[in-house]
This record gives sequence, C-alpha cells and structure tokens, in this order.
Amino acid sequence: MKISTDEIEKMAHLARLAIDDPLKAALSVQLSHILDYIDTLKDVNVEGVIPASGAAFLNNVLREDVRGDSPGPDVTLANAPERDQDFYTVPRVV
Amino acid sequence: MDLHTLTIAKAQKLLSQEKISSVELTRAFLERVDRYEDGIGAFITLDKAGALAQAGLADEQIAAGNQAPFTGIPIALKDLLCTRGVKTTCGSKILGNFVPQYDATVVEKLKKENAVLIGKTNLDEFAMGSSTENSAFKITKNPWNQDHVPGGSSGGSAAAVAAQFCCGALGTDTGGSIRQPASHCSVVGLKPTYGRVSRFGLVSYASSLDQIGPITRDVTDAALMMNLICGNDPKDSTSARQAVPDFTQALNQFEKNSLKGMKAGIPKEYLGVEGIDPEVSAMFDRAKTILEAQGVEIVDISLPHTPYVVAAYYIIAPCEASSNLARFDGVRYGIRDHSSQDIIEMYKKTKSKGFGPEVQRRIIIGTYALSAGYYDAYYGRASQVRTLIMEDFSKAFDQCDLILSPVAPTPAFKIGENTGDPLTMYLSDIFTLSANMAGVPGISVPGGFSSKGLPMGIQMMAKHFDEISLLRAGFGFERALDLKPGFPSLS
Repeated sequence: MKISTDEIEKMAHLARLAIDDPLKAALSVQLSHILDYIDTLKDVNVEGVIPASGAAFLNNVLREDVRGDSPGPDVTLANAPERDQDFYTVPRVV
Repeated sequence: MDLHTLTIAKAQKLLSQEKISSVELTRAFLERVDRYEDGIGAFITLDKAGALAQAGLADEQIAAGNQAPFTGIPIALKDLLCTRGVKTTCGSKILGNFVPQYDATVVEKLKKENAVLIGKTNLDEFAMGSSTENSAFKITKNPWNQDHVPGGSSGGSAAAVAAQFCCGALGTDTGGSIRQPASHCSVVGLKPTYGRVSRFGLVSYASSLDQIGPITRDVTDAALMMNLICGNDPKDSTSARQAVPDFTQALNQFEKNSLKGMKAGIPKEYLGVEGIDPEVSAMFDRAKTILEAQGVEIVDISLPHTPYVVAAYYIIAPCEASSNLARFDGVRYGIRDHSSQDIIEMYKKTKSKGFGPEVQRRIIIGTYALSAGYYDAYYGRASQVRTLIMEDFSKAFDQCDLILSPVAPTPAFKIGENTGDPLTMYLSDIFTLSANMAGVPGISVPGGFSSKGLPMGIQMMAKHFDEISLLRAGFGFERALDLKPGFPSLS
C-alpha cells in the first residue's frame, strides 16, 4: 500500500478528522489507488517550469483602507453553535 | 399558454407587454414543482412564500415602468451560494442549519433587479462530485430518465431547468460542475472565464478553479444571464477588471455573418481518450458537420499535456479543499459535537459527523499532498503541470477560436452505478477539467440523444474573456440542430 492505515491516521489527525478503523482501511486502499494514478505526473518534464499559482492574471490588488460599519455581534454570532453573550465559546483549552 | 415553457427572453418580453404577470409565471412554476419535485428532487430548500412575495413586488415595479432584465423572472440557485436569511447547506450536514447573514454578489445582483428566487438546488456536498449522489440530503434524478443521475455537481440546478421548475438557474463549476450536468439534462451551461464573475458569497471548494455561471434553456438566455452576473467586485480580489461586453451581441454577430471565419480546433489527444461511448462519438461527428455547414473551419490541434490533466487536477483541487474546509470546525457556524470536553476532539467529531465520505476523502488527499516531505512531489509538481496545461491552451488558441469536444465521455450513468470507485468517477471529467485548470471559458450545448433517450452535449472552449465566441457558435449550433424534444415528459 502506498499509504498505510497509520499514515491515514496521521493525516486524519492533521486534518482534525475522526476516522474509524473500517474507513481508515477503505481510505488506505482507495487513496493508494488514486496516488498510483497521480504518479503519472512523474513522467512530465517540469524542469524550470514556474508553478501556476492560480488562473487569475493579476498582480497585487490594493485599495485604501476604508472604515466600514460593523455588522455587530448579533449578526456576526447568529450562526454560532454556542455563545456566551457576545463571545463564541469552545471547550476549555487551558 | 404554458407559462412554464417560457425562456428568460420570452418571459421578459411578455412581462414588459404586461401580457403575463410575474405572479402568474411564478405560480406556473410552483405548480410544476408541486406536481413533479417528489420524483426529481431538484431542491434542498424551496421558498414559495418568498418567491410569490418577490413576484408581487416585481409586478408593481413593472407596472411603474421600471422593469429591469430580470425583474419578475423565476431563477433557482445552487445551494452553495449564500442567500441572506435563507438556509444555505452546500449539500452538507455540517451546514445543515446555516443561515447566511449576507448575499453572494450574484444573488445581490438578482435581487437588485427583483428577480424571483424560487429555491436552493441540490448538489454534491461542497460541489465535490459528478453525479449529485454525494449530497447529504437527497439524490436528484435526471428528468429525462429518473433511473439515471442528472450529472453534477450542479445537478439540482440542471434538473430544475430541464424539468421546467424555473426559467433558469445559477450553478458553479470547479471541474465541469455546470457543463456536465447541463449536458446530461439537455440544457445550456456556461462556465465563464476565471475572474469574470465575483465569487463573493460562493462557499469555496477550490478557490483557483471555482467559477459561477448560468444554466439555461438556450444560448440566448445564457447571454442574458452573463450580462447580469459578470463584472469586477471589490469583495473578490480575483475578480477581473476586464470590461464586460453586452453578451447578446454574439447573437447579432451570428445573424450577420453566421459562423463564417471561425476556426474550431479538435485536440488529437481527445480522440484517443479511452472509454468514449460510440454514441457520443457519433453525436460529436454530427456536431462537427453542423458547425462546418455554418462556416466553421475545423483544424487539428494538440494539447500535449492532456494525459496529465486529471492527475494534476485531483491534487490541486483537494489541496485547496483541505485548506478551505478547515473553517468548518464547529465554532462559528454549522453543527457542533457537544459530547467532547476537549477542543481537538470537538473539532474531530464535528467534522467527521458533518462531512460525508467524498469530502473526507478529498480532505485527506489534500492534507497528504500538502504535508511536509510530499509537498514538492505532489502539489508543487501538479502546479508546474498546470502551467504547462495553460501554455498548451495559449498555443492552441494561436491556431483557432474554439476548442471542440464532447462534454462527457458517456451519457448519464445509472444512479448507484459508479459510487464504488472514486477514480473511475474522476476520469469521467477528462474533457471539462482543463478549462478550470487553464481558467478559460467553456460552454455545454445540447447535441442530441442516445438510443436510450439520454441527452449528450458538445463543449466549446475559447480564449480568456472570449465568451462572445462561445455564445455565437453555441447559438449557431443550437439553431441549426433545432433539437427535439426540447423538454422531457415528466410523470
């Protein structure tokens, strides 16, 4: 296998996903298969080729800072799964 | 008169002559929805009351002599576009309860003209898929044959237009998600040049590839929608500062000169693609003949890096997705797993409860390809190959105005037929991915039906910002083909 279940576990941790064992095994098979296919990219001569950073042909887009109105906490927090007054809350960190 | 058969252009005209009202028009569509939506499943959220209220306002506006092009026209929106006060789920459980506090720029433009927003259409979760089977909420059926998928990821929008639930719809296209469902549902789909349309309020999947565009009954309507949605937006720094033409001039150009003087290239690499259905090849050959009869000169061209497009795309898109989707962490919006005492565990449980299998698969691929030790081999190399793909296109467009191909190698497959093997599904995107990689515009126009009655479409691509050529050629092709039947018969 190109990508072992241990590596899937490591990636899942980095991506903050809780993946159970059966899915880990399935992903190891599927991703190995996909990565084998992606290895065809090794056949391309890319020496000296500048990587594309996107499809927009723009330089930096700058503008003056302009002060706008704040939407306020009720709008900003309208979709918060949990809040305490005007704050998002999360499980205790420290 | 059957109001639900009206195109945007015809509805505009009848509304301006006050021969019909927007309320009548909207009711006609809502009656179709009541009758057939259970079978088709095009919508995640319907806003009947909102639509009728908007229609009433539109009628007042028209009576006051203030009709804008989209005033009173019923439009459906892919549920990946933020609508203030109306649930926007992205086809995902993680955003199952998400109500945006602002409108996407394209939605704002529709509202400014008092268009009637009829509802939010189904999609593959976060637009990741080619069949609309990856939605967390429902499977949309192809209106031409309900055993088959409508394509994806904008399958709900394409099905809604084909089933005559609305005059037209907006979709999004990251690797073919407008053009491929349009092809499978026998409607017109246009992916504009990257940067033509503001992405503000479009929930990002792969930001360097995503673009919003129209799905309509015909090419004229696609031109009308382009007139509304294009243009620079300070809220999207990648939106182009290019002047926006009147896209309907493409139709006048056709009336004047047909397609004389246009050159269309067929890449030799496309002819050798494995797994093209013979009926798709035959449809494509007929399309070539039709275009030639209209004055198009067909030339042979080469896009040498075609064999690497799928591989490069399925690195770049998941890398961007893994980064974009990190924001859904159960803190600011969407669902949260409340069982965890620990913050990392809360993130993990929230995400794995909220995201479906294809989304988690792409997040893992992207995380892997961006991780230390693999970045250069995967993301770096794929980005270099992307440069080579872009160069292929700019060289090809020295020789031709259009690049022709089928939209998809086969007609729509059966529901459930292709869900076991992700790679097979990825490979079916071969003709559509390049336009996103290169940033060029592409249109899908209905090209005929298979012996089983399933639609097939042709794709045309053009230089950056040359949507006019796509619309002109698409209009000429559509008129010459005069495809019948225009609509599926639903039961």
